Amino acid sequence: MTAQEIYDNLKAKFGDAVGEAKLDALQPWIAISETRTREICQFLRDEPTFAFDYLSCLSGMDYPDGKLGVVYHLFSMTHRHKIVLRTMCTREHPHIQSVSAVWGTANWHEREAYDMFGIVFDEHPDLRRILCGDDYPGYPLRKDFKVPEFYNGMKVPY
Amino acid sequence: MEELLQSIIGESWILYVLLAAPPLVFILVYALVTVWTEMKVSAHMQDRLAYMYTGPHGILQPVADILKLLQKEDTVPAAADKPLFIMAPYLVFIGTYAGFAALPFSSAYIGSDINLGAFYIIAVSSIVVVGLLMAGWASNNKWSIFGAMRSAAQIVSYEIPTALALLVAVMITGSLNLQDVIRFQEGGILNWVVFGGPLPVVQKLLLLPFTVTAFLIMFIAGVAEVNRTPFDLPEAESELVQGYNTEYSGMKFAIFYLAEYANMYLVSGVAACLFLGGWSSPFGDFMSGPLWGVFWIVAKGYFFVFLQIWIRWTLPRLRVDQLMYTSWKVLIPFLFVCLFGVGLILVL
Amino acid sequence: MKESRTLPTDYVSSPERTSSGRTLRTDEMILNMGPQHPSTHGVLRLELVVDGEIVVDVIPHIGYLHRCFEKHAEHMTNYQQVIPYADRMDYLSSMCNDWAYALAVEKLLKIEIPERVQYIRLIMAELQRIASHLIAVGTYAIDMGAFTPFLWCFRDRERILDLFEMTCGARLLYNYIWVGGVSHDLPPRFVEKTKDFCRDFRKTLKEVHDVLSYNEIFIKRTANVGVLPKDVAINYACSGPMLRGSGVDWDLRRDDPYGIYDRFEWAVQIGKGEAGTVGDCWDRYMVRMREMEESTKLIEQAVASIPEGNVQSAIPKRIRPEAGEVYVRSESPRGELGFYIVSDGTASPYRVKARAPAFVNLSVLSEISRGAMVADLVAIVGSVDIVLGEVDR
Repeated sequence: MTAQEIYDNLKAKFGDAVGEAKLDALQPWIAISETRTREICQFLRDEPTFAFDYLSCLSGMDYPDGKLGVVYHLFSMTHRHKIVLRTMCTREHPHIQSVSAVWGTANWHEREAYDMFGIVFDEHPDLRRILCGDDYPGYPLRKDFKVPEFYNGMKVPY
Repeated sequence: MEELLQSIIGESWILYVLLAAPPLVFILVYALVTVWTEMKVSAHMQDRLAYMYTGPHGILQPVADILKLLQKEDTVPAAADKPLFIMAPYLVFIGTYAGFAALPFSSAYIGSDINLGAFYIIAVSSIVVVGLLMAGWASNNKWSIFGAMRSAAQIVSYEIPTALALLVAVMITGSLNLQDVIRFQEGGILNWVVFGGPLPVVQKLLLLPFTVTAFLIMFIAGVAEVNRTPFDLPEAESELVQGYNTEYSGMKFAIFYLAEYANMYLVSGVAACLFLGGWSSPFGDFMSGPLWGVFWIVAKGYFFVFLQIWIRWTLPRLRVDQLMYTSWKVLIPFLFVCLFGVGLILVL
Repeated sequence: MKESRTLPTDYVSSPERTSSGRTLRTDEMILNMGPQHPSTHGVLRLELVVDGEIVVDVIPHIGYLHRCFEKHAEHMTNYQQVIPYADRMDYLSSMCNDWAYALAVEKLLKIEIPERVQYIRLIMAELQRIASHLIAVGTYAIDMGAFTPFLWCFRDRERILDLFEMTCGARLLYNYIWVGGVSHDLPPRFVEKTKDFCRDFRKTLKEVHDVLSYNEIFIKRTANVGVLPKDVAINYACSGPMLRGSGVDWDLRRDDPYGIYDRFEWAVQIGKGEAGTVGDCWDRYMVRMREMEESTKLIEQAVASIPEGNVQSAIPKRIRPEAGEVYVRSESPRGELGFYIVSDGTASPYRVKARAPAFVNLSVLSEISRGAMVADLVAIVGSVDIVLGEVDR
């Protein structure tokens, strides 16, 4: 199924929850609403015509316009087609619905995005920091992150 | 030898020290040699050379190791139960060393020529379990506890096949005194219990399958009792770090190892006495005598030590439940069949 | 911080009755396995809830080796500079990391790669796959208590490292595959030496099969242990031998082709459950063993037909891809290694996200090891074949 067809289908089913899309890009992407991520992903996974059963990658993003976001790279083992989804949220209210109930793999990916960008995934079963220490200050991959002078009494920049 | 010494020294404590010393000297020398053998055998199996620099082919390396271990700081973890922690390795070694008392080294020398020798060895070597449990408990380390529990379960389970296999040999020879057992088998390789003992040919042939089975099981159970691969679960380094001796270092650690190596020889020696004619020569009267006896029993025992080393560096490790399964559901039923068969044949 | 210590819902602690009729209360023990433990393959910490020897729950804790790969990548002044950092992610398969990263940047740049480079990359990646699988298999043998196959594996891995060393001077972190080409041409006698290696390597494989793969104890320890069903594997996005071990016929080298894998004859190996159930530890182990054989075939074919030519395509020293983003995946020895690169048109990447296969494969661990024994857990962790450098990045 081409990206255009996927987009049309999603638009027809979810209306406003599906935002802009760039279908002529190197890898076409579709933007979806951050409050209905789970519903849309569930649909994409369970609908036999899409059957996106494989979440290749889930990456946090800090966009140049100051918004945070998450990019999902989906793939279907049965149909061998791909699509990229994007969600965005504001810095002030960084909440995005979790998709870990749809794909088990999203669990750790979302924890990583939370760890690095401070994006809170609503309905996530176990949202803890994963790579940084539990007491690490701030979210390191945000573009405005300042490396602290000291971390637990250790001097950081050498 | 006891009479000879008694006539020279008379009844004094020196006599007992002199009688008790040879096994200790033997254990120490033997352990050094075996450490070297084990390293070399494993290395050559693995396309390596192992020790090459300390002495020709590294034969002085075990001595250097001992010197290093002697100099190491003797640490006791702060949260450990100190008296038990310190006592444990010595208890393990005592259990093993006590076993050597009834192990014959030649027709002329045995530490203590008691009538229940074989039984005594089985019984006294169980002290090792207490030592291992103590070590595990006193270390105050969860991995050590795991190791200690495993070793207790394992040694207790494998003592039964050992004792039953021993019974098979005892039924044929009719004595628990290891010297008598060996004298029974004198007169060449075909008189060994593993080949049915010095009995009429028909009886021997009938006994053969049972004695061979019992002998193999005795050896397997022996490997299990000394906690070596594939039965090295108590110190399974990939699971339990180092098991009961995780927290030990320096000389205490070395004593655990000494005990393990000594135990390897003990089980091999007992198996050799019971089934392979102990110190008796395989060629009848040729090359036999008290001194040749020492050679034969050490050679036989050491062959099985070598076999244990060989097995250790070849096989993977069993899991706990599989270990128990092997003992209770495979070895023991087989031995009951052996016991029954041997008894029947002997009665008929 | 939120702490989750919940037991699985289907677990019921069973109070046992003693002969006197009183209830014997048993309690679970919390056991820390790692970060310093012989068989966690690095600095992985597993928090185990154990009931005797039975593992009730496993909570993996990672991050002890986090070296901020993604942050470093954003701060480079050149796309090429990221490659040494990519090397250090999965330090057992650096060649494959380099290649995956180079593939992603090349896709952003839309450039063509010289023919000879394609061959060299394939040879290097497959040699690396063998080297990496050798470690996986060897350490797995140690996990199972067999020490000897481990050293046999290392002996042959040394020969691969020798080949790498004569090619690029490094034995572990190569920085060899660059965007647009490779750093050096192959040295003289490389081809013959590689052929020699392939010939001898088959013998090693047979030896390992003899002493380990079909060893009764080894089969008893690994068959039916840590069974990962097909649907769970896909749901958790497992990849590589992990996914193939569960019987999914899926290999990115064939199914999402890159390089020149389509020109050679080789087969994708999947777990068939010969020793137990499909998707058990033995299957995963066996997939790796068989993959090494396939890689040997690939190397032999590639070495025999390698063309002459340039080893660098004409690209500027300072790469400035046009703004855009790309997610490119390739088959590293551990599975789907993907790089998601966002470019804003400048000379340094705006965002680089590495989708590390070991990270994703490890996330399924607690799913497949509940109810196993402690010894089984070691078998399961070993069969996942993690490299903590990649899990933590």
